[in-house]
Amino acid sequence: MAELLRYRDDETVDHPAVTVDAFLDQSNASAVRIEPGDDARDLLPHLERVALVEVNFPAFGDGRGYSSARILREAGYDGELRAVGDVLVDQLAYMRRCGFDAFEPDQQLDKGDVQAAFDRWPEVYQPAADDRTPIWTKRHS
Amino acid sequence: MYKYDQYDQAMVDARVEEFRDQARRRLEGKLTEAQFTPLRLKNGLYLQLHAYMLRVAIPYGTLDSRQMHALADIADRYDRGYGHFTTRQNIQYNWIKLEDAADILADLSKVEMHAIQTSGNCIRNISSDHFAGAAADEVVDPRPYAELLRQWSSFHPEFNYLPRKFKIAVIASDTDRAAMRLHDIGIQIVQNDAGELGAAFYVGGGMGRTPMIAPCINDFVPLDRLVTYAEACLRVYNRYGRRDNKYKARIKILVHELGAEEYTRQVEEEFAHLLEQGVEPPFAELERIRTFFEDPLFEADASSDIDRSDPDFALWVDRNTVAHKADGYVSAVISLKPVGGIPGDATAEQMRLMADLAKDYSFDELRVMHTQNIVLPHVRKADLHALWTALDEAGLGAPNLDTVEDIIACPGLDYCSLANARSIPVAQRISERFAKTGKTETLGQLKLKISGCINACGHHHAGHIGILGVDRKGVENYQLLLGGSEAEDVSLAKITGPGFDEHGIVDAVETVTTVYEREREDGERFLDTYRRIGMNPFKEALYG
Repeated sequence: MAELLRYRDDETVDHPAVTVDAFLDQSNASAVRIEPGDDARDLLPHLERVALVEVNFPAFGDGRGYSSARILREAGYDGELRAVGDVLVDQLAYMRRCGFDAFEPDQQLDKGDVQAAFDRWPEVYQPAADDRTPIWTKRHS
Repeated sequence: MYKYDQYDQAMVDARVEEFRDQARRRLEGKLTEAQFTPLRLKNGLYLQLHAYMLRVAIPYGTLDSRQMHALADIADRYDRGYGHFTTRQNIQYNWIKLEDAADILADLSKVEMHAIQTSGNCIRNISSDHFAGAAADEVVDPRPYAELLRQWSSFHPEFNYLPRKFKIAVIASDTDRAAMRLHDIGIQIVQNDAGELGAAFYVGGGMGRTPMIAPCINDFVPLDRLVTYAEACLRVYNRYGRRDNKYKARIKILVHELGAEEYTRQVEEEFAHLLEQGVEPPFAELERIRTFFEDPLFEADASSDIDRSDPDFALWVDRNTVAHKADGYVSAVISLKPVGGIPGDATAEQMRLMADLAKDYSFDELRVMHTQNIVLPHVRKADLHALWTALDEAGLGAPNLDTVEDIIACPGLDYCSLANARSIPVAQRISERFAKTGKTETLGQLKLKISGCINACGHHHAGHIGILGVDRKGVENYQLLLGGSEAEDVSLAKITGPGFDEHGIVDAVETVTTVYEREREDGERFLDTYRRIGMNPFKEALYG
């Protein structure tokens, strides 16, 4: 397991994340792990007790976790959203835009490459779960 | 034509640098081949049988002479002096070196072009009607909507790792010249009774190994909700499209398995949610884009007279020019289907000539057709003879639009690592056969489409006559299909029976045209006769 990349100021949640099923059964769990086949919307009624959502990417090509992340942010979840698993440098900027603010990749990432990935895009075309202003808004403001 | 501003340019430039960096990391071993593959694919780079292939995006098939010159220069500098125009209005180069790729992308960015998302499991280049802005029957020019969707879909953070590739086409007339209902999303811009414009969404069409015609899931999405609706369609697909089997991962399978009604219900639910999320661009952006697609200054008193004394010219005019909304103008089709040639190929010299002719005669604009030809969209009738003379001298004057010689063919086993059989030689032999017998003209409209494997890049399901190359115990074998159409009368072709070898398939095509000649009634195309009399008479003639 590689180093945790975290872009939040609050304390790291240290209890282990449980599965969605276990989370829904246990009223005291505050960390949950979403697998690609899970429906992120199952968590929405319980967001007030969640401090950490891990979204697992067993294989980088499975993009369901991007939708899971946006759905949670669109519902107002503001706790930690951590991408775990097969998380690669070239996915980081997209993940960040979908609302992830922590990354726990299986393989250690090169720090310089990570920084380059986050600095890559001078603008964005479309709104997402981050606070960047899309080009089409800038053109008309 | 759409022009980049500093924002568009900055995004394309950033993409070039990103790819340069990715290629460097691959060479340094920081990226495995498996990790690098989707990254290069999203920049249009495929590994083919003999070399890398680069697919360059031509958004909605529109380009100007400067861009066509740049494509010619790339063909000369980095390839073997030619390029191949494709069924999705793009261009492909077949002999690219990986180490040149970033430099090619940089050359493209200098003329506001790129290869972004021309492959990979993401939203691909958006195609449109090749007569957009010229056709008399359109409600409005469809390209501004395609451009808006281009921007929305470029680097979309949620939809870059979809279950499978995703193709969108936008049209704005009842006549479908873009195979709209054979796309993952087909959009038809329509006008309602109140005179308002909206978008009809057809979702879940496609060819490939499981061809399907897209059902309409919403017949009027207001234009100020277009992007939000598309986002809802994509989100449902990204979450629930199958990922267990590559061959069942396209959205057509999801729509089919859920049923159009249930898919629509899920989209509408997501749409209602997304309307609260502010994903729609300001309407002023659509208005800004529209200003780039205003009509050129057509001459009000352009003459409609054409001197038809040269029969070769008159034939070309009859075959290759199409009615235009402005009096005294036509859209002129440059056929890339010379008899015995490779469908869709053009040399660098031919590209330069087409570019220069577009500048001289067509308000500096060219279009790529999904049928792998080039259009000069706005030509004065008075200029047609000069235009034809220049084309004819360069081997670009074939008078065969929509005839049996105007064949769509995929690259096939000559280039493609997926193919089971060659497509190009079959196309060549067929056009030679019909040119020799002189039957091309009398057969009229006859759309013939050839694929070298079941992935159907050559649109064989949608051919009036379709040919599918398969591998039968190590020997190329060709199945014959009849009755398909990609147009507004969309239908899927049916297989006639046992396949043929590479010589037999040419004879078989000739045989079915003979049945048509015998059976046709006044005004019927091949397709009409087939639909009226059915498969049996053709089967009897073929297998008797």
